[in-house]
Order: sequence, then C-alpha cells, then structure tokens
Amino acid sequence: MKTTYLESLQQALHQVMADDPRVLVLGEDILDPYGGAFKVTKGLSTHYPQRVLATPISESAIVGLATGMALRGFRPVAEIMFGDFMALVADQLLNSASKFALMYQDKVSVPLVVRTPMGGGRGYGPTHSQCLEKMFLGIPGLKVVCPSILHNPGQLLRQSIINDDGPVLFIEYKNLYSQPLSVPKTVRVTTIGEQFPLVVAQNSDEKPDVIILSYGGLSESLLQLMPYLADEEIYVRVILPSLLSTTLDSAIVTDYIAGCHNILVTDNNTPGYGWVSETVCSLRQYASLRNANICTLTAADTVVPAAQRLEDEALVTAAKLEQTIYRMLS
Amino acid sequence: MAEPISDLIRQMWLIRHTEVALLDLFSQGRVRGTVHTCQGQEACAVGVLSALNKDTDILFSNHRGHGHYLAYSADVKGLVAEVLGLPSGVCQGIGGSQHLQYKNFYTNGIQGAGVAITVGMALAEQYKGNNVVAVPFIGDGTFGEGAIYEAFNLAALWRAPVMFVVEFNHYAQSTSSYMQHAGDLRTRASSFGIPVTVIDGMDVLQVRAAATEIAASVRAGKGPAMLFLETYRLGPHSKGDDFRDKDEIEHHRKRDPLILSQHLISAQDYADIKQQTASEVQQIITELLA
Repeated sequence: MKTTYLESLQQALHQVMADDPRVLVLGEDILDPYGGAFKVTKGLSTHYPQRVLATPISESAIVGLATGMALRGFRPVAEIMFGDFMALVADQLLNSASKFALMYQDKVSVPLVVRTPMGGGRGYGPTHSQCLEKMFLGIPGLKVVCPSILHNPGQLLRQSIINDDGPVLFIEYKNLYSQPLSVPKTVRVTTIGEQFPLVVAQNSDEKPDVIILSYGGLSESLLQLMPYLADEEIYVRVILPSLLSTTLDSAIVTDYIAGCHNILVTDNNTPGYGWVSETVCSLRQYASLRNANICTLTAADTVVPAAQRLEDEALVTAAKLEQTIYRMLS
Repeated sequence: MAEPISDLIRQMWLIRHTEVALLDLFSQGRVRGTVHTCQGQEACAVGVLSALNKDTDILFSNHRGHGHYLAYSADVKGLVAEVLGLPSGVCQGIGGSQHLQYKNFYTNGIQGAGVAITVGMALAEQYKGNNVVAVPFIGDGTFGEGAIYEAFNLAALWRAPVMFVVEFNHYAQSTSSYMQHAGDLRTRASSFGIPVTVIDGMDVLQVRAAATEIAASVRAGKGPAMLFLETYRLGPHSKGDDFRDKDEIEHHRKRDPLILSQHLISAQDYADIKQQTASEVQQIITELLA
C-alpha cells in the first residue's frame, strides 16, 4: 500500500517530534485515542504526552500561545481543526505573529506553523468547507504553504516546522487526506526547488496543448484527468507550486510556461482577489505570454452547500476542469 | 534587593519628563503618528517593574507603554529616537511609539492579543525550567476584548507563571469604563480561579509591595494571579482632544503619583531628582535633534 497524504503528514509530525525537542503540538481534540478531527496528530500524545497540548475551543488563544512559545525558542505547531476557523485566528497571525520579526527589526523570530485543513467535497456545508487561503495571501512576513497530492506533504511540513523561521500557514486539503501518494505510470513528474518545491506533471513528452496552474486540493482531479486526456491526445502540463504566498519564479515561466498558447489557472476559492487572480496578473507581465489565452476556473461566488449535487455545482470538479480544457481547445 | 525609594521617584520623574517632552515634540510637528502617554500611571509601571527580575522576567506592554519601557530599560534615548523615527531608535524607527522590543520587553498596538502571547511565553519558560514571571499589562478598555478571556482560561488551566497587571485608568480613549463594561471588572478573573489583588495604583510603594508578593507566589508555581491597579490617566488619550470633566481630572490630579510620593524623601532630594531627570531628558533630546 502506498503512503497516503494523511500518513505522510502523520509520519512527519512523529519524526520532527523525535528529532527536535523544541517542537510542541497544540490544538483541539488532538489527544489519543481520538487523535484529532482528521487524525493528523494521531499517536503523538501517546509518545510525547508533555509536548502535545489539548486546548479548549479557543482558536485565537491557540495561535496566541503558540506565538509566545515561538518567541521564546520553541517550534510550536498549532492545529486549527477546520480552515474556516482561521477567521478566528486572523488577528493573531496578521497583527502579531507575522509582524514581530519585521517590526522589531529581526531581533526576534516566530518559528510557528499553523496547520489547517481547507476545502469541500465532504458535505460539511458553508462554514466547514471553505478555502480561505486567499485571506492570508499578501501578508508580509507570513508564508502560506500547501502540498498537492504530487508533493511529499510530510517533507513540506517538516521544512515548515524545522527549517523555516516562520510563521508558516500550512494548508492541508481534506479531499487529499485519504489519497495515496502514487502517480499513474503515464504521468511524468518533475520536482523543482528546495525548501518549498513546485511540481511539474505532464501526461506526455509532446509539447503541451494546455498548461494548468493550480495547487492543493484540485491536484486530485487533475491527476485523475491526465491519463484520460492523454488517451484523447490532449497533452497537458500541470504546474503545482507549494508556496502560495509568492508568485511564480520567472525561470518557471520561461522554462515551463512560455511558448504554450493555452493556460488555465484554477483553484477552489471563490472568484477573484486570490491566488488565481494574482497568478494571472503576474503572468500578464511577461512579454512572452502577451498573446496567450489565459483562462481561469474557480468555485462559484456563493457559499459551499452541504448537499452533494449543490456542492458539485458550486465547486470546481474534474468534470468542470475537463469541460474548460475542451472549451479552451475548441 | 529592593531599590531605594529615591530610585523609584527618579524613574517616575524620568517617565513624566520624557512624556511631557514627547508631547512637546509632537506639538512642534517633530513626531509623526501618535503618542499615548501614561501621565498619572507612572507608579504602576515603576512599582511593578521594581518587583520583577529585569534580567529574566518577561513584559508585554501595550499602546500606552512608554512608562513600562522606561521602568524596564531606562533607555530614554532609544525610546525618544524611536518615536522621532530615527535610526538609533530601539526598533530603528519601524515601530514608533506602540511597537517596542528590547530584551525581554515587547509591545504591540493590538488590544488583547498580547495577553495570550504572554501566556505562551510564560509556559515556554516554565517548560524550559526557567523560574520566570511573565507580565502582560492591560487596561480596563482591554476587558472588552474576547481574546483576554481565552488567555485567562488557559493560563489558569495550565498554571502559567503569569502576573496579569491591570491599569484601571477609567477610560478607553474617550469612553468611560462605566459606559462599556457590565458588572465589576475586579471580579472577572476570579471566575477563572485567578486571584485578584486590588491596589491603589497611585501609590508606588503599595504597588511595589503587592507586586512583590504576587510575583513571589507566581514564581513559586502557585499559578497565575492578577494585580488590579486603580489609577487614572491624567493626560488625554493621545495628543489633544480631551472632553473629560475638568473637575474630575483636577480631583485625580491631587492624587498624582508624583505628588503622593513627595513626602517619601526629603524636599531637597525630591527637588534634585526632579531637576536632574528633567536635564537628563532635555540633554538627550537636544543631542537627538542636533
């Protein structure tokens, strides 16, 4: 059995706690035998009872306390049970954790990681299914990291906890937790970059017909589509960054995007004012892409419904990605 | 070793002269942004800091933090330079009045958030085995922020070595405390099992005595406690606008901590301290503006 996205994260947490006594984990309902709402912290409290702290339902204080611990030499990992609850954390991240190193002139650092699952697909409805990462992009001093199914999620988490002076908002996607980290034989994957790498996946060695830029949860649908599209002789190159808070490196644009006419930028956030619009904006600044057909696909401008049929209508799905690709090529 | 009373008076005058000078610089157009002074609250800052170990204890102050900063560091030059936006400021001009950091002293201009951060710092030091007391300074206005109750709860639940210091100065900006808060603020922390000691915050010796006792208890691992200081902001919220009742201010002016402390030392010593600290501040400002 291939390791799943969830197991990769679990194993990484066990490993960093074993390797580094500065790592503390805190959050709601994370103690064994429950082990967290999505089980990412399972087993930790049994092995490290002193370093795993079960908190009350106090998201602001969880991140506030973790910020204080980080200021005093620890490397805390705070779990926020649902990404939607990040709204309750916003003040701590925006006005304290991400400000301190910058406004105190690097006399302090805040090596804090806030982990949280985003996204729908599970029928949790409007306040437990959102993708709120757009609210946390564009904040100086705050990195937003999100592994796709083609990344090594545990390695990214380890980098965030051990090798970054933080703070890092680490976004996990609920729909990916149960997915194995396996790649279909017909898909070729290249990983580029060191700390927070970007993944380039292709369903052929042919020149791509469409380049798709995305991240996180949609990587599941894209990976499913790739072999199917290859059979249809539609060649795609999927580019999945893991660091969302920085726009694409110009070398990536030159080496992997320039020269292709059709570019699709997609995520499951509500439309506008987010990663998709920022990515399009940055691509528009390249002379080599001046004539490119750049399209976007995002979730609908509404809440995420609980009923499956309605949720499928609101969110980006594999079917909608496929239709969009066909439309771009027609 | 307790500092001599003359040192406490000296520190209070240093704060007062510095803040009067900052307001003066503001009116001359030399200070950008805003300045929140703590005139009338000097005994709180000096009394609490004199009870702490400045090498190891942790302070988290707020938007009205000059007094706390000076009582901790005596760094008039770093503070004034920071407020003037000079590179020699303690945060090189980035922070300004409300965002200071020096050794174990932190401030931020956000209400309430720092209380949870201080609890986190206290727990971190406790976990490391360091015998540290962490002190967040809050005002009565901050009791309107939900964040502090989350922090009170966790501090009490996990027995964090925290001494919460409340400076009850009766106003949040322009609004009287009684227009904002139901019930009695003095009793709020008690419901979390945090003992509260209410003290006259205008009397530096009372503040020091109470803070010393509470800090010792917190340091001994008996859990967090709150020092609730009854004080009054003699100056406006920031630079100007003050619509409070003049008689009310005059009433409290009679209890100015600098007046109340006058009898504690000889008239000559008191006059010398007042004069020396004024010259000290003036000299620093002259040098900074040169």
